[in-house]
Amino acid sequence: MCGIVGLFLKDSRLEPQLGQLLSDMLITMTDRGPDSAGIAIYGSATEGKAKVTIQSAKPNIDFADLERDLAEAGLPARVARKSTHAVIAVAAARLADVRSVLAAIRPDVRIMGSGDSVEIYKEVGLPKDVVARFDVRSMSGTHGIGHTRMATESAVTTLGAHPFSTGSDQCLVHNGSLSNHNNLRRELTREGMAFETQNDSEVAAAYLTAEMAKGKDLGEALTSALDDLDGFFTFVVGTKSGFGVVRDPIACKPAVMAETDQYVAFGSEYRALVNLPGIEDARVWEPEPATVYFWDHEKAA
Amino acid sequence: MSYHNPYTPPRKSATFDDYTLAEIRRAAATGIYDIRGAGTKRKVPHFDDLLFLGASISRYPLEGYREKCDTSVVLGTRYAKKPIQLKIPITIAGMSFGALSGPAKEALGRGATISGTSTTTGDGGMTDEERGHSQTLVYQYLPSRYGMNPKDLRRADAIEVVVGQGAKPGGGGMLLGQKISDRVANMRNLPKGIDQRSACRHPDWTGPDDLEIKILEIREITDWEKPIYVKVGGARPYYDTALAVKAGADVVVLDGMQGGTAATQDVFIEHVGMPILACIRPAVQALQDLGMHRKVQLVVSGGIRSGADVAKALALGADAVAIGTAALVAIGDNDPRWEEEYQKLGTTAGAYDDWHEGKDPAGITTQDPELAARLDPVAAGRRLANYLKVMTLEAQTIARACGKNHLHNLEPEDLCALTMEAAAMAQIPLAGTNWYPGKGGF
Amino acid sequence: MRVFDLVKTPLRELNRALHAIAPGRNDTNFEVINPRGSHAVAVGIDQPVTVDVRGSVGYYCAGMNDGGTITVHGSAGPGVAQNMMSGTVIIEGDASQYAGATGRGGLLVIKGNAASRCGISMKGIDIVVHGSIGHMSAFMGQSGHLVVLGDAGDALGDSLYEAKLFVRGTVKSLGADCIEKEMRPEHLQKLAELLEKADVQGIRPEEFKRYGSARKLYNFNIDNADAY
Repeated sequence: MCGIVGLFLKDSRLEPQLGQLLSDMLITMTDRGPDSAGIAIYGSATEGKAKVTIQSAKPNIDFADLERDLAEAGLPARVARKSTHAVIAVAAARLADVRSVLAAIRPDVRIMGSGDSVEIYKEVGLPKDVVARFDVRSMSGTHGIGHTRMATESAVTTLGAHPFSTGSDQCLVHNGSLSNHNNLRRELTREGMAFETQNDSEVAAAYLTAEMAKGKDLGEALTSALDDLDGFFTFVVGTKSGFGVVRDPIACKPAVMAETDQYVAFGSEYRALVNLPGIEDARVWEPEPATVYFWDHEKAA
Repeated sequence: MSYHNPYTPPRKSATFDDYTLAEIRRAAATGIYDIRGAGTKRKVPHFDDLLFLGASISRYPLEGYREKCDTSVVLGTRYAKKPIQLKIPITIAGMSFGALSGPAKEALGRGATISGTSTTTGDGGMTDEERGHSQTLVYQYLPSRYGMNPKDLRRADAIEVVVGQGAKPGGGGMLLGQKISDRVANMRNLPKGIDQRSACRHPDWTGPDDLEIKILEIREITDWEKPIYVKVGGARPYYDTALAVKAGADVVVLDGMQGGTAATQDVFIEHVGMPILACIRPAVQALQDLGMHRKVQLVVSGGIRSGADVAKALALGADAVAIGTAALVAIGDNDPRWEEEYQKLGTTAGAYDDWHEGKDPAGITTQDPELAARLDPVAAGRRLANYLKVMTLEAQTIARACGKNHLHNLEPEDLCALTMEAAAMAQIPLAGTNWYPGKGGF
Repeated sequence: MRVFDLVKTPLRELNRALHAIAPGRNDTNFEVINPRGSHAVAVGIDQPVTVDVRGSVGYYCAGMNDGGTITVHGSAGPGVAQNMMSGTVIIEGDASQYAGATGRGGLLVIKGNAASRCGISMKGIDIVVHGSIGHMSAFMGQSGHLVVLGDAGDALGDSLYEAKLFVRGTVKSLGADCIEKEMRPEHLQKLAELLEKADVQGIRPEEFKRYGSARKLYNFNIDNADAY
């Protein structure tokens, strides 16, 4: 139960403002969820490099000398700390090793997400505080999604905050409440997915990751979600180049979209969109039930 | 000497008992599930399985009658400019005009007013009789919005947003055509004599994030004067209580599965929801976790019958209770004086639950003018007031014996449990031990 | 004319001012600027005031309106004019879901499109939508009229009671117990009246089809169980 926002830029001139625009959108949705907030930004990818966003409850200890310790463990990397989070940049070929090395040298550190371009920042607290803590306003990027949470059944923790990232460059935010996530979690666990929380939304994220691992693109994975996920949901999801939206067939949870030549924007309420440039002339609509909306930079290009 | 084989009597299945067999035959003959009124009839762990410890040498009791034991309660202290002040922590639960006759609603208002407590409207709107005879009236805001209008919203003393009820968490309602009289039809904007179906969700919001905005709207319409209650059925009391608080409720009303209904499928009444005993501690825990215990008040209902039940609910952490079925019995429902007529309806006093059919011999759950005229609202109101008085005295008696000068000072530690089930559900140690199942982790 | 700038003035002051008008007073014209999607704008009005809202509003604008004339010069969020008793609400742009929910009277005009559940559980309100409406509109509609110049989404009029629905464009699908019905002279007359009130030009009542309840769910019958 929450407020969600998303912004997919078509006009690269807006990219330096992505963090700023998304931050304001998310802060406007604060009333819809006071427990925790998070944001995922798809920044520019560097050829051959990958990024891992990590979080720690004791960052002063865990992040001190992390670069050196990673190097000593045989994993050369650059570490950029932001408050309780840090982004580790490694050679893309070594991305898979980061998790195991961290488990050995920094067992208490949690991985928020990883990929070529995504960075994920989320914490307990209000959007304005989370945005300020991670200096989200200064971030540039091609697209991003954000979430402010009113926890329903699972714990109010950093890991329970959205976005959920269960695959490389993939993330999801959710407004609603699933009703078959426990069975689905058991199935996905049997297939080898790992879960960090009891959150229903993490199951939705993992489901999409599993479907895409079978070769589906984001749009196809979202279409299968309509058959396999039960309950109420509005999802906004991101991939390295794509941005998707889907609502369940009953479509009770609010959703407003706006499109101009410059961007596609999503908000749980119209309020979230009022500060976007050119919103007065945007095409504004509510996504239809059980209908997949999907934009992709690569396909568009 | 001849030998006779000893006689073995025929044995009936415990699983397929006579009642079950009859239900299968009825379903096969009619093709319709059973709809009825009232609450669950199965035995569930209840307050009977808890006992008070009383004072001894380590605690000192208060003297009955002379040493004061306060019973007052204020509901809605969080945001409302005009909180509800009650003399006793026993309120009358929401029951609709439509389900109940006009005189029955009036009787509830009269009894509650004499006792200094509140009564509550139901699915069908507010009647003038009810408003006129109720000093403190809570107006229910239900999914159907039958009879909902801003004038009544403003002349109510509090507003109760009903998300669910204990008899059917997650379900809507059904008032069969027999009870849709001209007046009921007019209040509900329905054609006369048709079945009235009530939706299971509100028409214009879903989920706690939207509920927060709905509560804001109601507060703006009523100028932030009136307490906003949120009522939920006993299903996931921890989460539901926490979310009601986050959405801005002043009061949370929690209704266990013993709570009654005017008309719902029997399978729903008997198989969905939790006993109130199991609901209170998680709800109180949610309030405590949010730092809101006693700041957002908790009203519990579902099978409250006596002052002992009231005292136990309060000791477990509730601020007040609500009674529905017991109040109807007090004003005359299922009274053996009508036994001959109950027999004609194929039932017996104490078992009559076909409230939806509108043929109540006691004149309470009916819209038939002749039947309804059997209930004298003044005398029935007096009976309700007497009953509330007795419950209050009983609760005070227990509280004094536990050394309390206010009912609200009863604590879980004043209780012990008789059964493992009750110990686990109420998180009260088994009598004579300091242990309950689940203590120390799950 | 009193102007309330919602960027500078709390919502509470606007609604309080709207509720504080004594009958017969003359200062009944209000303007609201910078609503920026605010919720509960101009709710609980019970006098014949006029409110012009310059911009888009959030949830429940004009909720429970009883006699006011409220114009939103922008779009409206969920539940606009919910439970309206009387008066007029005009939305120059689009309306989100639940427009006119449970409305008991008055006229709601939406000049753009309305989203899902337009007129849900309507109980006497008249709604005229110049554009199209979304799915589940007029669900459990009890009385009143829903007029749609454009198209209707899935499950129009599901579990309908006596509300009358008029759609000029296509209907994606009809809900349980909703059927197309004969357009009789009294319906054409009512429709003409509503179109005129809603400032619709150049469109004739004869262009619409009428939909209403088949009344098969009015009393429980096991043979209709699939529709429940």
